[in-house]
Amino acid sequence: MPIQVLMPALSPTMTEGKLARWVKKEGDTVASGDVIAEIETDKATMEVEAVDDGTLGKLLIEEGAEGVAVNTPIAVLLAEGESADDISDADTQAPEAPRQEEASAAVSVSAAADQIEGEEITDRDILLAQGKILPPPPFDESAFTDMKEMTVREALQSAMAEELRRDENVFIMGEEVAEYQGAYKITQGLLDEFGDKRVIDTPITEHGFAGLAVGAAFKGLRPVVEFMTMNFALQAIDHIINSAAKTLYMAGGKLGCPIVFRGPNGAAARVGAQHSQDFASWYAHIPGLKVLAPWSAADAKGLLKAAIRDPNPVVFLENEILYGQSFEAPVDEEFVLPIGRAKIERAGTDVTIVAYSIMVGKSLEAAETLQNEHGISAEVINLRSIRPLDRYTILQSLKKTNRIVCAEEGWPCAAIGAEIAALAMEHGFDDLDAPVRRVCAADVPLPYAANLEQLALPQAARIVDAAREVCYVG
Amino acid sequence: MQIIKQIESLLRRSRVPKQKNDLSLEDLHKLYREMLLIRRFEERAGQLYGMGLIGGFCHLYIGQEAVVTGIQSVQEPQDSVVTAYRDHGHMLACGMDPKGVMAELTGRIDGYSRGKGGSMHMFSREKNFYGGHGIVGASTSIGTGLGFAHKYNGDGGVAVAYMGDGASNQGQVAESYNMAALWKLPVLYIVENNRYGMGTSTERHAAGDLYKRGVGYGIPGGQVDGMDLLAVREAAQKALDHIRAGNGPHILEMMTYRYRGHSMSDPAKYRTKEELASYKDEKDPIDKVKSLLLEKGANEEDLKALDKDVKDIVAEAAQFAQDSPEPDPSELWTDVLVGVE
Repeated sequence: MPIQVLMPALSPTMTEGKLARWVKKEGDTVASGDVIAEIETDKATMEVEAVDDGTLGKLLIEEGAEGVAVNTPIAVLLAEGESADDISDADTQAPEAPRQEEASAAVSVSAAADQIEGEEITDRDILLAQGKILPPPPFDESAFTDMKEMTVREALQSAMAEELRRDENVFIMGEEVAEYQGAYKITQGLLDEFGDKRVIDTPITEHGFAGLAVGAAFKGLRPVVEFMTMNFALQAIDHIINSAAKTLYMAGGKLGCPIVFRGPNGAAARVGAQHSQDFASWYAHIPGLKVLAPWSAADAKGLLKAAIRDPNPVVFLENEILYGQSFEAPVDEEFVLPIGRAKIERAGTDVTIVAYSIMVGKSLEAAETLQNEHGISAEVINLRSIRPLDRYTILQSLKKTNRIVCAEEGWPCAAIGAEIAALAMEHGFDDLDAPVRRVCAADVPLPYAANLEQLALPQAARIVDAAREVCYVG
Repeated sequence: MQIIKQIESLLRRSRVPKQKNDLSLEDLHKLYREMLLIRRFEERAGQLYGMGLIGGFCHLYIGQEAVVTGIQSVQEPQDSVVTAYRDHGHMLACGMDPKGVMAELTGRIDGYSRGKGGSMHMFSREKNFYGGHGIVGASTSIGTGLGFAHKYNGDGGVAVAYMGDGASNQGQVAESYNMAALWKLPVLYIVENNRYGMGTSTERHAAGDLYKRGVGYGIPGGQVDGMDLLAVREAAQKALDHIRAGNGPHILEMMTYRYRGHSMSDPAKYRTKEELASYKDEKDPIDKVKSLLLEKGANEEDLKALDKDVKDIVAEAAQFAQDSPEPDPSELWTDVLVGVE
């Protein structure tokens, strides 16, 4: 029976790729291990090897085809004694798709939803530290009308490229950021344009290069430190906290540390417990740090530019699954989002869903379901900034909806949701018509098995359930 | 065999032979005064600590004065310095004001960090002093970053990164050596081997010689009598020349000794009185320079005057540090972040 050759997934998060080149042609005999095609993913060009012996009976996908979904049959291999006539229609059709993965089509977001008032305030940082609730800094996002569809990856890359062009003191360092073009291709092309003085491959030595970058920042340079994943930043967390975050205070304001620590954070796709952790609440705990977590391409671009321009240490938490997702985002090089300002992604009246990073998308999905299936109007707040937290916007929304659900990928204990629950209790007690509900990762190390991972991570359906509970809708 | 020979030559290159020094009497006077200032300052800090005017941790530099004085004396103005927590001597050697340092020790508003840093955390951009770091080993990678910035800016500066013998066992020290060698960064690593990482002797905490720790990375290293100002100067000058010529980093292990405990609360029971006495009586770095001065024809009266001068400076600093007010309560909230709006 003819054997299907399927489009392989070549990375944990790959959902589709381009069939760049057929190395073998129809009629060629192939042995197990022979390269039959080259495939371009969003990260790299990779070779596809035959797994079985046989003759290539039919190529089902043309060379150069883009967006070929993982598991699509791309060729049919004939066993000995078979001919092309033996190929049936069933052989050329995709097997039943395994459950999984959100679509990576462009997510359209109505910019009009962001109606938060803002205010210029001097000494904002001090007042926030003292626990005051302040309107966020003003910003008119709708003024940026020249939009382009781009992936989060492209948004991050362009933010860095623009800031490297703008300021000679900015440099990028990390593992595989230069010649390899980035482990996740976020730094693609930067070495070519800026050279190896400013785009620097480091050894695998997180503690050392984080400390080195802090020293460089003390001297006035503006390092952007990429961690291949934020999990590896655990090796460097001493410098992030003790050297970067605390020095300005310990120096009585005489020496600051303008630096960005960035990298993918949270779960990817089945990469196991050591590579899947959301560190938002860890860094949110630390005075002297700013902590950002973008969801959309606009977030990614506007917040990363803000982080690089900020004179303080900023921890910038990206998400691997979002890298390939497309959004409309402003092309303006001065699109710099204010740190500490959340965005209302969807206006609603019955319940407030507070989320950051990948959970914003899941919350919007949940909001659709709530509207369509349960008649519940949910307001979705994209925090963007974890520290400082835009407490004003959350409380304003609570005033309107009287109910809050927090959605995050972190574990429940001492997490961002716990902070928001505390906020609602301390400052919005009279506005609450129901207890705050938190949707978090299960309180276990992230498992590898696909079904268990799915169970451990917060999904849209759980946000829907939580929202129905706080609305008392059965 | 071949490799061992190469390593030997790499190390020998920077091992410092004793040579007669060409310092003028005036220069020697100046360095003597600097060492004495550190000694008297630290003695007074110990006293203020005993009076309850200085709190928390307070690590005194007494006994090690020749190290920082010798190195600083051959640096260029654009060079930068970073060290760990036994840092008062480094600040004074960099030219920071004793009044500001002492007022920081007493936690007052006129301290270098407005009273918010304390003994281990003072900084001066003007004097190119980058701390003052309390985490053992941190100063090494931060210092590597200072060297990175010197190279990036092309300003001809060298970063002098101090660490103790205890710090040399930290992983980030090895990581820093690797990067500094790989990228030929202008960094002079100084291991101040005072023979104890807190209460654990070097023999018990470090395998092999600390100045050889860079050999695997191709970093030359030398061991120097850190109680001898002139030996320190000479070794540091050679190392700095090597670095400034674009050859990358260099390690110097300074064999020294601290007379006091690790911190004020350390009774130092891990060593004998005889051991301490052998340094104080026979190898004291300040006594050594004083003999040299007298040998060279310095006047005993002049030295007495100098001594008094230094005592006055320290007394004035101590008074200043007690008169300066505590920080205003509003200081609690400032300097957490650089304001943006």
